[in-house]
Amino acid sequence: MSLPTFLQLSRASKRDISAFPSHRLAILGDCATQHLSTAIRGYAFNEEWGFDVLDADYNQIDALVLDPSSELYEFAPQTVLLYMCTESLYEFFCTTPVSQRPDFAEMIMERIRGYWVRIQQTIRTHILQFTFVVADDAVFGSYALKTPISFPFQLQKLNFLLMQASVEAGDVTLIDLNGIQSVVGRSTFHDERLYYIAKMPIAAEMLPRVAKNVVDAVSARCGRFKKCVVLDLDGTLWGGVIGDDGLDGIQVGELGLGHAFSDFQLWLKELRERGIILAVCSKNNEDIAKEPFECHPEMVLRLEDISVFVANWEDKATNICHIQQKLNIGMDSMVFLDDNPFERELVSSLIPNITVPQLPEDPALYLHFLRELNLFETASYSNEDRGRTEQYRAEAGRVELQQQLGSFDEYLQGLDMKAFAAPFDAFHTPRIAQLTQRSNQFNLRTIRYTDAEIEAVATDEQHITRYFTLHDRFGEHGLVSVVILDKQIEDTLFISEWLMSCRVLKRGMEEFIINAIMEVARQEGLLKVVGEYIPTAKNAMVAQIYKKLGFVDVGDGRFEANVATFETNTTYIKEEKTHE
Amino acid sequence: MSRIEILSQLQKVFAEVFDDDDIVITEETVADDVDGWDSLNHITLIAEVEDNFDMKFAMKDVIGMKNIGDMVDILELEE
Repeated sequence: MSLPTFLQLSRASKRDISAFPSHRLAILGDCATQHLSTAIRGYAFNEEWGFDVLDADYNQIDALVLDPSSELYEFAPQTVLLYMCTESLYEFFCTTPVSQRPDFAEMIMERIRGYWVRIQQTIRTHILQFTFVVADDAVFGSYALKTPISFPFQLQKLNFLLMQASVEAGDVTLIDLNGIQSVVGRSTFHDERLYYIAKMPIAAEMLPRVAKNVVDAVSARCGRFKKCVVLDLDGTLWGGVIGDDGLDGIQVGELGLGHAFSDFQLWLKELRERGIILAVCSKNNEDIAKEPFECHPEMVLRLEDISVFVANWEDKATNICHIQQKLNIGMDSMVFLDDNPFERELVSSLIPNITVPQLPEDPALYLHFLRELNLFETASYSNEDRGRTEQYRAEAGRVELQQQLGSFDEYLQGLDMKAFAAPFDAFHTPRIAQLTQRSNQFNLRTIRYTDAEIEAVATDEQHITRYFTLHDRFGEHGLVSVVILDKQIEDTLFISEWLMSCRVLKRGMEEFIINAIMEVARQEGLLKVVGEYIPTAKNAMVAQIYKKLGFVDVGDGRFEANVATFETNTTYIKEEKTHE
Repeated sequence: MSRIEILSQLQKVFAEVFDDDDIVITEETVADDVDGWDSLNHITLIAEVEDNFDMKFAMKDVIGMKNIGDMVDILELEE
């Protein structure tokens, strides 16, 4: 979701907009605004808005605003954007007698307030006002900020006066141009040559960003805004995997990596306070997933902050539809946050309208990245917004899932998944041993092995070992499953170890592995395969896995399959004979 | 980079900016020869050329260039 370039927006601005809802925007500036106008129209096109823009001639603000029969009022804009630039302001400041400079900001504010009042007395319209970008004229150095007659002093005061005035004014929204400049810095935001040659105070490369904030504000004012954030848990809200690492093992809180996650949670909590609904969608057992919210001392988010909590092993697109139905809001008002690119791709391809930010890999960057996206634009704020979470918590649970998704099978088929299986080798020993020690959820017998024990079992005649890797068109999942088979009992292959990474669950990997195990038994000339499930506090999710895959429950947690009559499980994963 | 190479790279930039894959430019080409090359698109063009050649024109060059040959002169000196 990176921003388009100015050139791309310029192309988009020429496209046919007749199919989109239309919006009339007038841009009045005391600088050249044609490129800005092009960028805004292009950005709006990308958002499926048909912007009809009146780009007024340079420096005609007074004439257009004061004359009730001007082209501005004839155009009857739904939104008016007022852009008075710092550069022109400075020229005016320099011609203002020093004696009047202590009140320079107030004087400018009165002029701007006059524009607002006059426009809104004449037509009903929403006014967007750019703040003034802050620039030091370096006349007083640092002393400027304690010198009321300096330009920096008056300039910063003026931005504050704008905020105060907008609180009292009716339908006026400030677009914080200065805020945008402060992210990239003045030397990137402003191109002196463009200003002197063409009176453009904003560098071409910054126009898409400015256009975005304008279109975002118009969209919010017209009712297009985000209402709900759907959150993944492991790797997104905290570091680590709650099902494997446990309450003590996940990263959240003051120390180390945990700090980035707590800060992220603080921000989400602020969103919730302002009326954004938080929902959870996690591949987990529900009780395990809820544990940190209930018991972790350093979790910022608590269960009562979450309006809908979905933790199960279904695919996330189905679960998100479920959440949407419960909340009864539009998909286009939902944002899905997940650190896993597979889940993001699945959700955005099956649910086209939902917003799915491509979170950076490093959790330290989540917050900055999301803030830059400016996802949570709004045009109002009231006390009811704060109560929204409770309201939705109460309503959720009544509505049943109705919506049908695009076919999940088709999606899996399109993933082009390939798995590779091989006996344990020295290179993979440390990773295999580590998995046996760490995996808790998809782990049938939860037997832990050291490196030495893995090496021993790999060379032992009685055992057959397999590790499995998986990759798909999005990339490599690495070593995802470990199987140890025991031939101790005559005619029987006993599955003495089977664990799998939960990240690849429900993609046909478990079917692929069972098929592979049956094939081993066949090649060894054995008649029966026996699996065992030993329950622990964390592995309930695989209690029925053998049964689901075609084994017969023979009691005592044991399951059997007959090699000759076993029906191969369907899977879209193809076997790869060689690897790397 | 030779003048020919600069010109061929410029041709790609022009094709992008003026959205015309068949555009042909020579050192003699002036703004009037290219559909859409007005003062507004000139700014866009300058930004794209700077981006592509990783350089910045001086203010006098942005205004002073009479034809593409002038632009090539400047880009050649940048090397």
